[in-house]
Amino acid sequence: MAVARAESPGLSRFVLPIAGLIGLGLCVGGLLVLLDPDGGANLLASIYEALGNISGATDLRNGSGDQVIAKILLAAIALAVGVGGIWLLFLGVGGLVSLLQPKWRDRILPWVFAGPALVLLAVFLVYPAAGTIYRSFTDNHGQFTLANFAVMVEPEFTQILRNNAIWLIVGTGGSVLLGLIFAGLFDRVRREALAKTLVFLPLAISLVGASVIWGFVYAWQPAGQPQIGLLNAIVVGLGGEPIPWLTTSPINVFCEIVIMIWLQTGFAMVVFSAAIKGVSGEIIEAARLDGASERQLFLRVIVPMIRGSIITVATTIAIVTLKIFDIVYVTTGGRFNDDVVANRMFHEIFQFFDDGRGAALATLLFIAVLPVMYINLRNFKRQQAEG
Amino acid sequence: MTAPARPIEPRQTRVVAWRPAFMRSVPLRLSVLAICLLWTLPTLGLLVTSVRNPALITTSGWWTSLFHPFEANQWTLSNYQTVLSTDGMGTAFINSLIVTIPSVAIPITIAAFAAYAFAWIPFRGRGILFTIVVALLVVPIQMSLIPVLQIYSAGNLYGSFLGIWLAHTGFGLPLAIFLLYNFISQLPRDLFESAAIDGASHLQVFIRIVLPLSIPALGAIAIFQFLWVWNDLLVALVFLGPGAEVRVLPTALFQLIGSRGGSWHLLTAGAFITMVVPLLVFLLLQRAFVRGILAGSVKS
Repeated sequence: MAVARAESPGLSRFVLPIAGLIGLGLCVGGLLVLLDPDGGANLLASIYEALGNISGATDLRNGSGDQVIAKILLAAIALAVGVGGIWLLFLGVGGLVSLLQPKWRDRILPWVFAGPALVLLAVFLVYPAAGTIYRSFTDNHGQFTLANFAVMVEPEFTQILRNNAIWLIVGTGGSVLLGLIFAGLFDRVRREALAKTLVFLPLAISLVGASVIWGFVYAWQPAGQPQIGLLNAIVVGLGGEPIPWLTTSPINVFCEIVIMIWLQTGFAMVVFSAAIKGVSGEIIEAARLDGASERQLFLRVIVPMIRGSIITVATTIAIVTLKIFDIVYVTTGGRFNDDVVANRMFHEIFQFFDDGRGAALATLLFIAVLPVMYINLRNFKRQQAEG
Repeated sequence: MTAPARPIEPRQTRVVAWRPAFMRSVPLRLSVLAICLLWTLPTLGLLVTSVRNPALITTSGWWTSLFHPFEANQWTLSNYQTVLSTDGMGTAFINSLIVTIPSVAIPITIAAFAAYAFAWIPFRGRGILFTIVVALLVVPIQMSLIPVLQIYSAGNLYGSFLGIWLAHTGFGLPLAIFLLYNFISQLPRDLFESAAIDGASHLQVFIRIVLPLSIPALGAIAIFQFLWVWNDLLVALVFLGPGAEVRVLPTALFQLIGSRGGSWHLLTAGAFITMVVPLLVFLLLQRAFVRGILAGSVKS
């Protein structure tokens, strides 16, 4: 690899840090524009004034005119400041640091590289997590209390916890099971790629969009009226009474979980499919020679061999279902005995203004993922020890 | 199947072996077909409804229009026109682009530098810091909402694009760092040793060797982060809010459900507008996406 040869040390040693510092100055200016809520409009107005378009500038300052262009300008500045600024920061400071004596350089440089990430992680994840746990144990006056957790045994909250457990078990189990079955089935047909794409596709759809899609499948009209929802049309076609799927407890919880399974099965299927293709042909041949049926082959040979993938997929989907918010929030708002922890937490914060209870609900979710965190850390340590 | 009247030995075994396989494959193919149909029908219903005449939608199921697809007067694009203009999905679309593009580019850049440092620059505390990154992978976003919201209220970041860019950057970093670390740390050690012998600095090694080699991983993570940010409702609701000036597509679609509850012609058109970009990205970049998923999940 000759590309990495160091350049001549003379001028470039100074160009890099100086360019970096100039860029940093520009970034600070850009940040000021970004911090101002009307920064984009004001900047564009100034540009219009400079170009002599006074009426356009006045319109902009009054909150009308080319607001879309102002917004795009703002986004362009954001990209320039965000990506450009980060690069200039790394290049500028990195360049400056490399001017130092090797001893200092080697000490400071890693912090230049990893520093921005560490600061952001601290501000957006570590400090808030600690703050949320602290808040869950305090009342509105900052006094220690267990009341936020004590309330969880009341029927209103036990139902929420029960629903979350149903989501966790049925949602995860359903996605993993269907993913396994589909991967096994699709493995033997000719148009495998097309079938996989069709099942995989919902993964690109937002939970809100999926909720609209399925809300339409579940649509309900009173008996006697034409059913425009696919499911009730089938029910009525078979001679049944139309069912208001999303407002009837307890089936609404399962109807909502179906949306999640519809989205996540593709993910499970793709991972399992790759894992199945990794099972050696010799083992499969040997099992066939021993007289194993295709079903036995799948259940007794292939499934045990891809156990690792199954566990990984199951934990990934379990974490997603545990935190489920969008589907419940969008379809019913959790008003029909179908509430879940994350949705209730949102309502505690923004509707009941009870941060303590909201924090306690978040802490429950956190406690629920702790085993997964432990497993991840253990696997990581093992991997480090091997590598 | 017509079997030969007087079969000769080798041919018969071939026919016998082939016919049961074919017969057995019929239920297999039928079930695969049924699965594909089942998985596609909900989306198809949405698409068909979004271009149907509003008057027809409430009186007949969307599937009925498939039986006479050439009656032109049942199709219309006016639903899209309405949601894009009067219901503000057009503005929301632009807002989504404005929120998403920096929210993908910024965290990936920061994560790449950090991943390189974690993988190839020895420093004090590296092990424990990276362990914290691994631990943060599964911390629910709900743990961050209240404290970050307090910071944002104090710093006037609530409802600003800058605020949501920073939030998505913070929340996206653990996975981006972790996946990039997995990739970058697997690059052959020789590369770095020979570069060091040539006198290349870490900055030069990173830019000239690591980044070009990491393009597949960077691309896969970019797709992940794009889909996550574009489709996100929770972070957008909490930090950007419902204001028409800044709201993104999922927020706008949610509000459309509230204001136009039973108007399926508008809801379906609105939903399709939120879906079109991720579906395109997904279909065009499916290979890279699958590669990313496998890198992220099969490894452990």
